[in-house]
Amino acid sequence: MHKYIPNTDDVKQEMLDAIGVSSIEELFNDIPKNLKVTGDLNLDKAQSEIEVRRDICGMVSKNQTTEELTCFLGAGTYDHYIPSIIKHIITRGEFLTSYTPYQPEISQGTLQMIFEFQTMICSLTGMDVTNASMYDGATACTEAAILACAESKKDKVLVSGALNPESKAVLKTYLDARSLEIVEVPMKDGVTDLEALKSLADADIAGVIVQSPNFFGIIEDVEAVASITHEANKKAKLIMYTDPIALAVLKSPKDMDVDIVVGDAQALGNAMAYGGPHIGFFAVNSKLVRKMPGRIVGQSTDAEGRRAFVLTLQAREQHIRRYKATSNICSNQGLNALITSIYLTTMGKEGLKEVALQSAKKAQYAFNELTKGGKYKPLFPNQPFFKEFAITSDNSVEDINAALLKENILGGYDLGKDYSDLKNGLLLAVTEKRTKEEIDKLASAMEVL
Amino acid sequence: MNSKYDKLIFEVSRPGKKGYSLPELDVKDVELSDIIPSKYLNDSEIDLPEVSEFESMRHYTNLSNKNYSLDAGIYPLGSCTMKYNPRINEDMAALEGLTSLHPYQPEETAQGALELMHKLDEQLSEIAGFARTTLQPAAGSHGEYTGLLVIKAYHAKNGDTKRTKIIVPDAAHGTNPSSAQVAGFEIIEIQSNKDGSVNMESLKESLANPEEIAGLMLTNPSTLGLFEKNIKEISDLVHEAGGLLYYDGANMNAIMGKVKPGHMGFDVMHYNLHKTMSTPHGGGGPGSGPIGVREDLVKFLPTPVVEKKGDKFILDYDRPDSIGSVKAYYGNFSVLVRAYTYIRSMGFDGLREASETAVLNANYMMSQLKDTYLLPIDRTCMHEFVLSGLKDKSIDVTTLDIAKRLLDFGYHPPTVYFPLIISEAMMIEPTETESKQSMDGYIAALKQIAEEAKENPQTLKNAPVTTVVGRIDEAKAAKDLILKYTK
Repeated sequence: MHKYIPNTDDVKQEMLDAIGVSSIEELFNDIPKNLKVTGDLNLDKAQSEIEVRRDICGMVSKNQTTEELTCFLGAGTYDHYIPSIIKHIITRGEFLTSYTPYQPEISQGTLQMIFEFQTMICSLTGMDVTNASMYDGATACTEAAILACAESKKDKVLVSGALNPESKAVLKTYLDARSLEIVEVPMKDGVTDLEALKSLADADIAGVIVQSPNFFGIIEDVEAVASITHEANKKAKLIMYTDPIALAVLKSPKDMDVDIVVGDAQALGNAMAYGGPHIGFFAVNSKLVRKMPGRIVGQSTDAEGRRAFVLTLQAREQHIRRYKATSNICSNQGLNALITSIYLTTMGKEGLKEVALQSAKKAQYAFNELTKGGKYKPLFPNQPFFKEFAITSDNSVEDINAALLKENILGGYDLGKDYSDLKNGLLLAVTEKRTKEEIDKLASAMEVL
Repeated sequence: MNSKYDKLIFEVSRPGKKGYSLPELDVKDVELSDIIPSKYLNDSEIDLPEVSEFESMRHYTNLSNKNYSLDAGIYPLGSCTMKYNPRINEDMAALEGLTSLHPYQPEETAQGALELMHKLDEQLSEIAGFARTTLQPAAGSHGEYTGLLVIKAYHAKNGDTKRTKIIVPDAAHGTNPSSAQVAGFEIIEIQSNKDGSVNMESLKESLANPEEIAGLMLTNPSTLGLFEKNIKEISDLVHEAGGLLYYDGANMNAIMGKVKPGHMGFDVMHYNLHKTMSTPHGGGGPGSGPIGVREDLVKFLPTPVVEKKGDKFILDYDRPDSIGSVKAYYGNFSVLVRAYTYIRSMGFDGLREASETAVLNANYMMSQLKDTYLLPIDRTCMHEFVLSGLKDKSIDVTTLDIAKRLLDFGYHPPTVYFPLIISEAMMIEPTETESKQSMDGYIAALKQIAEEAKENPQTLKNAPVTTVVGRIDEAKAAKDLILKYTK
């Protein structure tokens, strides 16, 4: 008998008697005999905790973590500090082991948390409304593109060449499946080429996707992109993909005439965890609220007039609308929304700004240290960046990263993988966690190559 | 427990408080406007809470106390498989060697993570009878979507571009037709028999133009918790028409070690690791929805695929027939770690015992409730069963009333009003991790509620009265649309 199963053989017999059958096997009589599994599944027998732990820790020992290596790798996933309080709250069974809050009277904890999450994402983005979260930044970006097409009744989306490659890949999968067209807007000096955008933006566009800070860390002229977008087609949506840490100091999307703000909130307290679970966010102006995908929590009252929270606008969703739903999404990243909320609450107004400022200043310092000797040149000179920057040299990125790894440094992202014209381009990320000493070590290790 | 707590974090906040600490800046300080042009900077402040760390702790602890949870009591939501979430899973997923990994770090520095994913693929493929399993989809419906794109790619590869229709029974989960629509298919909805099984006549009619059929989406056991006995005939019909069979793995908990979807004729399926493989629901996610496929569909799986090359594990992106990526990176990795831990802990023997006990528990509850509640289809069920409100239809109470009254007994209600083909549906899935005592308590509560309904139906109409809030005005929420706090 397995330790997760509480009924003993005697009790099972009692239950069989109550049902009126003689064996458990009899309950499976509906399965045609010729389909039944004969013998055992080809898996090991049940393992004890000691054995399971040994097995997994054995595999884990083959990994080199970002605690052992000094991480200068970013490109969409970032090594920001995670306050201790987070793990102690998210391991509470009351949050961890509850289901989607479909019974609001006994789910006020989760519902209020999501309401607060929504409030804080609205504060960060400056937008009117947001949902309870999406799978990740890439799928949020894709849902935004689909919304733009549905709303404008057009089927062409312009995508900046400086959008991160993960989002580009997911966009392509989803839009191809629906015969929606993606046109990539070329880049110039590491940013969206506004002249090219102007010539590509016509009355048939559903929207434009621009990332800022973009994949190279550079801050884009989003306001210019917005006006080109809306001039081409009044109904076209400007979709901005962004880093939520940057929003603490950069101009608010609200003030730049953005229609939909998306991104990944991993940086807000969520572990990198080899790529997931992360958490997508999706914020819009109020006109689009009924077109938004995903769960939304609203405030109401109970029969006695007490403030209470409940899932709302469910008529948009698949369990009501079935194939007419705005999206097939049926979950959110509940626990990651909790993590993100605790992070924003704990860091608060000043803390988030401090993280943003320290990241930007340390990135600037690293950039100066790396480029001052002349061996490494800025890939895109004189472009303002936030916490990531690209450099280039005669050395291949592979060689640089291999040499850095020997020094226990996790080097940068190889831009040549996605951009054939950016061979030897190295993208480095610097967060508030990096120290001057670590940056100096990176610079000296790279200087001797 | 302080369930009277009614503060929003914004109402706790006071200017100047702080809950964070950071080291002092150790590089040369500069003005932000010296490195980033002012026109790109925010001239106003982001409004976020200002609270001490302890106030933050207390706030969330008080919020948690307003949640019902599986840890605290039985949670028999049909089709959701609310089974115990073992804590060794959490410990393994939280190992620094698995959380502090960057998705882009070199493969040679993440061999353990890749090995774990490769092994989980093998385990899942074995359990369901498929060749390979991708771990990328983030949830069940995301898995459905991915599987449908695989079906689409298969037909496209065969030059079969006219196959644009997916057949979905009316008893199916709402995500089935919705995923098919998002994947760019037209939907043919077919009627189910009263017992939730596929109506063979409807199926044959839907196959009248076989050259248009891309496939059929089905779950077995069905959404009524009954095993589809005609499964072989169904799969033969769809395959003869040139379509593929998609398996919705929501009900996989009934059949582990007993029968494999791959052997029933299914070509593609998704798993819900957050159901069958005991990973926590977390108040709505993250989930994980891997998909398994038969051998000739492997080439269409999303990129990257974890492959073993010699004694090294690699991420293979070079797959020309792949449908592409459906999500950033490789899946909800921490959820995968939990599922791997669970499968290791259970073994072939434990998984079989889990399914057998899940089915036993459901049949036991059904046998004890069918005299009081209407059981529309009275035959052996699998891991769940569906009741149709009270047996005595002269009493004017609804399933919603019964569900709300259960809250007063300290219980989570079953899934209600699903599947749509049963009126006043109450779908009960106890899972294998509930004891007889726990189920007996639930049964007694349901029987007492049936008595109350007879004697004083108003008790049910007024319920719940013991929860932190009473029935909530949902119409008001949708009308007022207060979706964030404003000062």
